[in-house]
Amino acid sequence: MNVVVVGGEKLVYFLTRIFISKGYHVAVINRDADECRRLAKALRARIILGDGSNPRILEEAGANAADALLAATHHDQDNLVICQLGVRKFHIPRTLALINDPENEPVFAALGVTSVFSATKILANLIEQKTGYESIVNLIPIEEGKLIVVETILEGTSPVLNRSLRDIRLPENSLIAGVLRSGQPIVPRGGTVLKLGDRLITICQPEDMGQVIKTLTG
Amino acid sequence: MPRKKSYFIIIVGCGRLGGFLANRLSRGGHSIVVIDNKMAAFDKLSSDFSGFKIEGDATEAAVLENARVDKADALIAATREDNANLMIAQVARKVFGVSKVVARVFDPSREEIYQDLGIDTICPTTIATEEFIRYLADGEEQNEP
Repeated sequence: MNVVVVGGEKLVYFLTRIFISKGYHVAVINRDADECRRLAKALRARIILGDGSNPRILEEAGANAADALLAATHHDQDNLVICQLGVRKFHIPRTLALINDPENEPVFAALGVTSVFSATKILANLIEQKTGYESIVNLIPIEEGKLIVVETILEGTSPVLNRSLRDIRLPENSLIAGVLRSGQPIVPRGGTVLKLGDRLITICQPEDMGQVIKTLTG
Repeated sequence: MPRKKSYFIIIVGCGRLGGFLANRLSRGGHSIVVIDNKMAAFDKLSSDFSGFKIEGDATEAAVLENARVDKADALIAATREDNANLMIAQVARKVFGVSKVVARVFDPSREEIYQDLGIDTICPTTIATEEFIRYLADGEEQNEP
């Protein structure tokens, strides 16, 4: 699978890492020379310096042979044009646009760009779900909430008390990365048994957070 | 446009082109709303400009709505950014149903796909190139014996 990603910063960095780990061939387009240098050092991907809404740059990134295109810049107008070029000029079968202003979602739909993701909206939905949020001690959205580090405390009502981690089914791409027990950090393993008062540091994607919290705190 | 009729025209981007157009169309008796995200840009409007100025980012649909885009006869997208112009023009055409919409686009390679989408574009790069070539060709013809 050949994927072209336009954008930068942590979102694109982490997404590209996930794509690479799945064995995809990834080309990243970014218009900042310094960031391109950093990405080139950190990722086994082709990094192209330039404007991703320029057809020549897209072509250089292999848009003609791409299976998927992800437009994830901070500017909705750029993401719109990138996706429209991807579909109309390069006939890429799957294009996906990041929407920064949630009000642009119906606008993009009206303009024929239907595969979109809006981080702001995902977070707003989570708040509406009201799943045991009193157990959340700390929540760090990374890159405007595209990845979430959440710290929860296990109360008496938690369904995972006295169970080992390997028996707890969390959504894919979620991970209990650390446990704090009486102030002592524990690096969790499959056999780690959770106790009352444990503080769990979990990394997950925003769309899975409701499910993660529900699983851990009931 | 026939002479006496007055049109309601929205101009997005009050740069050299947007400002010049706004002054000229306003003088021609049309109702003009100019949108720019920088207040200072409106300094380019002449003292006899009789239209409205709105400070805001026209890639946000709410800003266009505020300018009464649904009532506009025409919209000209002339910000400095090609992609912003293409998005604003499409929103005006497809979401708000403005009948005459044109986007200024500097990069000719970006222009072509929008003709299929029913968005008219004006590319100063192409126009200037063609003018230069015609000028040079005319010169050659005159020099021929």
